[in-house]
Amino acid sequence: MNHDSYDDNYIRGILNGVKSIAMVGASPVNVRPSYFAFKYLAQRGYDMIPVNPGHVGKSLLGKPFVASLSDIGRPVDMIDIFRNSSHIMPVVDEALTLSPLPKVIWMQLGARDDAAAERAEAAGLKVVMNRCPKIEYGRLSSEISWMGVNSRTLSSKRAPIPTQGMRLSLNRTSVGGGATTASDRAAKNRSEPT
Amino acid sequence: MTDRLPGFSTLAVHAGAQPDPTTGARVTPIYQTTSFVFNDADHAASLFGLQAFGNIYTRIGNPTTAVLEERVAALEGGTAALAVASGHAAQVVVLQQLLMPGDEFIAARKLYGGSINQFTHAFKSFGWNVAWADPDDIGSFERAVTPRTKAIFIESIANPAGSITDIEAIAEVARNAGVPLIVDNTLATPYLIRPIDHGADIVVHSLTKFLGGHGNSLGGIIVDGGTFDWSKGNKYPMLNEPRPEYHGIRIQETFGNFAFAIACRVLGLRDLGPAISPFNAFMILTGIETLPLRMQKHCENAKAVAEFLAGHSAVASVNYAGLASDRYNKLARKYAPKGAGAVFTFSLRGGYDAGVNLVSNLKLFSHLANVGDTRSLVIHPASTTHSQLDDAAKVKSGAAPDVVRLSIGIEDKEDLIADLEQALTA
Ligand SMILES: Cc1ncc(COP(=O)(O)O)c(C=O)c1O
Repeated sequence: MNHDSYDDNYIRGILNGVKSIAMVGASPVNVRPSYFAFKYLAQRGYDMIPVNPGHVGKSLLGKPFVASLSDIGRPVDMIDIFRNSSHIMPVVDEALTLSPLPKVIWMQLGARDDAAAERAEAAGLKVVMNRCPKIEYGRLSSEISWMGVNSRTLSSKRAPIPTQGMRLSLNRTSVGGGATTASDRAAKNRSEPT
Repeated sequence: MTDRLPGFSTLAVHAGAQPDPTTGARVTPIYQTTSFVFNDADHAASLFGLQAFGNIYTRIGNPTTAVLEERVAALEGGTAALAVASGHAAQVVVLQQLLMPGDEFIAARKLYGGSINQFTHAFKSFGWNVAWADPDDIGSFERAVTPRTKAIFIESIANPAGSITDIEAIAEVARNAGVPLIVDNTLATPYLIRPIDHGADIVVHSLTKFLGGHGNSLGGIIVDGGTFDWSKGNKYPMLNEPRPEYHGIRIQETFGNFAFAIACRVLGLRDLGPAISPFNAFMILTGIETLPLRMQKHCENAKAVAEFLAGHSAVASVNYAGLASDRYNKLARKYAPKGAGAVFTFSLRGGYDAGVNLVSNLKLFSHLANVGDTRSLVIHPASTTHSQLDDAAKVKSGAAPDVVRLSIGIEDKEDLIADLEQALTA
């Protein structure tokens, strides 16, 4: 599995398929990227579970924090990991002890651990690395186009009226561009040591 | 996956646009409004805090303009774009994200005269220092790099002489220096050259020219290639440090590979203010739908006119990279195989006076300070666009006193040649 660039259909399949998402490293601080993503995904109808041992007893947008994945106490479809690359492996190991297993391990923008990805894939999970599910949802629905972002999708159908809390269709025509010369160059630049 | 990917002409018509949610209008409406109502206090707070996608105020973003932005980003193969009031505004906003007072950038000497002025004078008062390099001598870029260099700026096809820049060679210099390469792609448009594919990190345009294409609206745009890692070396505080104007958000960390476009919007456009009017965005969008057709005709006509001039006894020399004999022809074949653009210069045996005469004798060509119109245009750069430069700088930038610049339109080429013929012999 190539983790430098993903086919839109792969990402679309994941975002259309999962219903519950446990966010490891979710922050209650409203300028942190995890807070942005948590709030957005909750508004788009995902069942969000904040996981952060530092905030147990509090809640994030009405959802109580749990200390670890094993404390969730019910099946969860996707684990979204908001931790640095060096902290990914233990989270994946813990995810692989859950029963039933989650379907997807998602590592946030900037985070990548190929060995952890391999382990999860060997157990039959799908893996996404170095992406943000909020950005990908916004892109495939084209909601992100409000910010001048290239959604790399087209549609000649009338757009839905964007209201809060609405699930948006992600099934637009892909323009491609996930694997362009530029994106390959970017991936290469990023993987070179600083 | 065997999904068919849409081609350039399909993107030129469709990218970014979708039938309007409320009315079903197929053409992108002109959202001529300053502001947008919030659903409730939380929605307002989410928008202001950059947590939600949506519209606040037209200085920061507008739905008509957003379609233009996504369309140009798609045509250039970038991750995102930001449209602004003019090409010059785009340059200010880009460099504001990259340079702090006392920093430097390297610019090619062959540039639009207005850009040379902007870099030399206006930017100096911001404490941004330009170092000039010669696009025909890649080593001059290498030698200009210092620890304070923050960016390199070139034009893909340079105004006024239509010379072609070796983008890949200069991209290599930028990469080694750890700074982004900014390419002004105004004269090429993404139909002829896509600089990001050749190693550029940021593309800017004056939309006023071929992209709008009809000489009716000013505009500029910044395209983020998504290729530069702003966290490397900690040189770019606007992108990489917590921003006090947004309660400590780090732009790169939050927005990933379109962070530069977001920084330009929320730190540049929001605070400097050069917003494009939604009406202009609409006019330019309409122009872009025919970009591929127009560029084909512009290039075909330009080549025919250049060939005619090259064979005329009153003409001393023609600089058009599309001519096999031109010194830039090899670069043109590499970077712009579909055509070398439609802006070029020539010089007359009769020197400055013959240039002035020619301009006044032309009947179809319009004498004005623009390029990239459907109409054919003529100007004498030394007395107009490049008049603020001293003589040596005029020659270096391709605007010597005997030089006349043409921007070839999409009229019938026979009529353009006939007009030049009568004016040269009048
Ligand atoms: C190559 C180039 N860049 C930038 C500009 C400036 O654009 P604007 O007039 O839209 O500010 C021009 C205008 O002539 C140009 O030719």
